Amino acid sequence: MAAQTLYDKIWQAHSVGKRKDGNNLLYIDLQLLHEVTSPQAFEGLALHKRPLWRVDANLATPDHNVPTTDRALGFKGITDLIALEQVVTLDDNCRSFGVTQFEIDDPRQGIVHVVGPEQGATLPGMTIVCGDSHTSTHGAFAALAQGVGTSEVEHVMATQCLVQNKAKNFAVVVDGQLQPGVSAKDLVLTIIGRLGTAGATGHTIEYRGEAIRNLSMEGRMTLCNMAIEAGARAGLVAVDDTTIDYVRGRPFAPSGELWAEAEAYWRTLVSDEGAHFDNTLHLNAADITPQVSWGTSPEMVTGIDSHVPSLEELENDVQREAAGHAFKYMGLQPGKPIVDIEVNRVFIGSCTNARIEDLRAAAVVVKGKKLAANVKEALVVPGSGLVKAQAEAEGLAQIFMDAGFQWRAAGCSMCLGMNPDRLAPGEHCASTSNRNFEGRQGHGGRTHLVSPAMAAAAAIAGHFVDVREWL
Amino acid sequence: MLAFTTHTGAVAPLDRVNVDTDQIIPKQYLKSIKRTGFGDYLFDGWRFLDEGSIGMTPNERAINHDFVLNSPDYQGASILLARDNFGCGSSREHAVWALQEFGFRAVIAPSFADIFYGNCFKNGLLPIVLDHKIIDQLFAETQSNFDLKIDLHSQSVETPGGDIFTFDIDPVLKEKMLSGMDDIDMTLAERELIEQFEAGHRTRQPWLFERAFGDGTTAESNSTEGKES
Repeated sequence: MAAQTLYDKIWQAHSVGKRKDGNNLLYIDLQLLHEVTSPQAFEGLALHKRPLWRVDANLATPDHNVPTTDRALGFKGITDLIALEQVVTLDDNCRSFGVTQFEIDDPRQGIVHVVGPEQGATLPGMTIVCGDSHTSTHGAFAALAQGVGTSEVEHVMATQCLVQNKAKNFAVVVDGQLQPGVSAKDLVLTIIGRLGTAGATGHTIEYRGEAIRNLSMEGRMTLCNMAIEAGARAGLVAVDDTTIDYVRGRPFAPSGELWAEAEAYWRTLVSDEGAHFDNTLHLNAADITPQVSWGTSPEMVTGIDSHVPSLEELENDVQREAAGHAFKYMGLQPGKPIVDIEVNRVFIGSCTNARIEDLRAAAVVVKGKKLAANVKEALVVPGSGLVKAQAEAEGLAQIFMDAGFQWRAAGCSMCLGMNPDRLAPGEHCASTSNRNFEGRQGHGGRTHLVSPAMAAAAAIAGHFVDVREWL
Repeated sequence: MLAFTTHTGAVAPLDRVNVDTDQIIPKQYLKSIKRTGFGDYLFDGWRFLDEGSIGMTPNERAINHDFVLNSPDYQGASILLARDNFGCGSSREHAVWALQEFGFRAVIAPSFADIFYGNCFKNGLLPIVLDHKIIDQLFAETQSNFDLKIDLHSQSVETPGGDIFTFDIDPVLKEKMLSGMDDIDMTLAERELIEQFEAGHRTRQPWLFERAFGDGTTAESNSTEGKES
C-alpha cells in the first residue's frame, strides 16, 4: 500500500462511501454541542420528526454566552434575556433528545474545546465535529476535528455522517527547539503570518518536527486550534507518548483490555515514511520570537522586537489596502514600535489559551507584581470549571488576584464578547484569544493577539514588552 | 433549500480582502435561536455607526453613508462582488442566512473560505469563483444598475457589455444547487450503507461506542486532579 499521511489514514478509516449523487460520506464519531449553533439544528430535527442517529456520539455544554461572574446563581446569573433563552433552549433540547450536557452549574462545564479533551471524550483517531470553527483544537490528539455550519450540525445529528470531499495534505515542519518564553501561541501566530489567513484553504495541516514533538498536549491544542486562522479546517499532530499519557485515565477514555486495544491502534496514527504532502512549510523554532498582532486579521502579526509595518514593507497592493483599513481601525501609525503600544485591557482565556499550562505561564510572570495603572481591567477566564479548580488548588488564582486581575468562571467570555465581557470602543486589549477581527471583542475594540506570558507581561508593564527579558 | 438555476440582478461591490464572518454578522445577533431575522444586521459594523442589538430596526440606527451597501447606487443589489478569502473565520451559518435575507442570491469572489463555501450550498446561496483578472474587470465596470446574468446550468456569468465568463463548480455540488434537494433526505436514503459501515467500525474501534456519557444522563461529576502535566 502506498505511504499514507495521518490525515489519509483517519479519512480512510471513516469513509462510508458515496451517495447516489456522488457525494462522499464521512462517518463522525463525536459531535460536541453548545448553545449558539445548535438550536436551529435541533429545531430542524424536531420539525422533520427525525431522531438522533446515535445519542452516545453527542456531548453538550454551554460556553459562548454564559456569564463569567455569579456562576453560583446558575441561570439566574444570566441577565441578558436573549442569551438566557439560548442557554435554556440547549437544556431543553438535551433533555428531550437525551444528550448528556455539562450544565451551567456543573463543575465540568467549560469551553467545549477544553472540556472534550479534559474528559477524554476526545480520543485519538476520531472524527469530531462541532458548530464552531475552533474544533480544529482536537487535532492535537490525531483526531480529524472540524468546525461545521448549523446545517451540517443537523446533518450529523440525523445521519452520523458529514458530506465532504477530501482535503489536500499540508505539512508544517518545525525543527529545533523554541526559546524559553516562546510558546506554541507564538509559533502558530508565526505560521499564520507566513501562510496568510487563506494559505492552507482546502488543506488539512499536519504539524511535524522536533519542536512539535516537544510540545505538551496543551501546546499542541493551541497550535491546532488556530489552524483555521490559516484557512485549514483541521490541524493534526501525530500520536506519541505525550498523547497516550494525557488520555490515559481520563473519565471517558477506555480502560482495561479495551484501553490496550485502543492504544495499539492509536500508535499507528502517524504519517508513513515517504507519505506525500501537497504543500510544505519549514520553520526553525529557534528563530521564533514572541508575537503580537497589530491589525484586524491574524496574519497581521509581527515579533515583539519589531514595529507596525510601513506600507513600503508590505508585499503587494492587496496587503497595503488591507493594512490601510487596519491602521485606521486600530488607531496605529505605520512604523510604531510594538513595545510602544499601550494596553488598556488584558484577557487571558479562550479555547486557544485557557488550559492549566497557559495559566501557569501567565502566573509566573505576574507573581508578586501589580497591574499597571493604565490597565483598566485584566480578566483571567479558565477554560473549564476543572481548570479553575486546579488553578485555585495550585495557588495560581491567588497570584492573579493579588496582582489585581479578576478571577472568573469558565466560558468563551471576551474572546468574542457574546456575554457581558467586552471591550469599549478604542480600547487596546492584550488577548490570548484567536481572532483580532473588527468588533470581535466589542464594538470598536482593538485586539492584539499574544501568548499568555506576553499578555501577563503587558498587564504589568501597561504596554507590550518582550517577556523573554523577564524570565 | 432554495434551488438556484438562473438569476439576473444588480451587483454591489465590496472591495475588501479577507471579509470574515464576524463582519458579515456580528456575535450579538447569534443569540437568536431562529434561522431568520439576520438580514437587518448584515455587515452591521460597516453599515451602521452605532452598536446594534437584536430587535433594532435599520431606521432607528445611525447609517454609515460611506459604506457601499448604503449607497443609493446599489439599493436592491442581489449579487455581491467580493475579494479573496470571503467568509473566513467563524463557522457561523448565520452569515449565509444574513446575506440571503438581505437579498443576495450569489457572491462572486476570486476565493472563499472553506466552511463558508460549504454553508452556501446548504442554503442555496451560490458562491462563484472567477479569476482575479475578471474580478478586477467587474469591479471596474460595476456601477449603478450594473446587472449580471448568472446561469448555473451553463456555469456562466454575463455582463451588460456582453462578456460571458464561465466558472468551475464541483458537478455534485452543482446538481445539488440546481435541484434544491434536502441533504439529510439524500443521506438517509443510504441508511443501509451507513449502518453497514457503522457495524464494521464498531468491531474495529469498539471503544468509540456506548461511551460513558452516552446514556443521556449526566455522568457523575469527576475530577482530573493530578492528571495535568
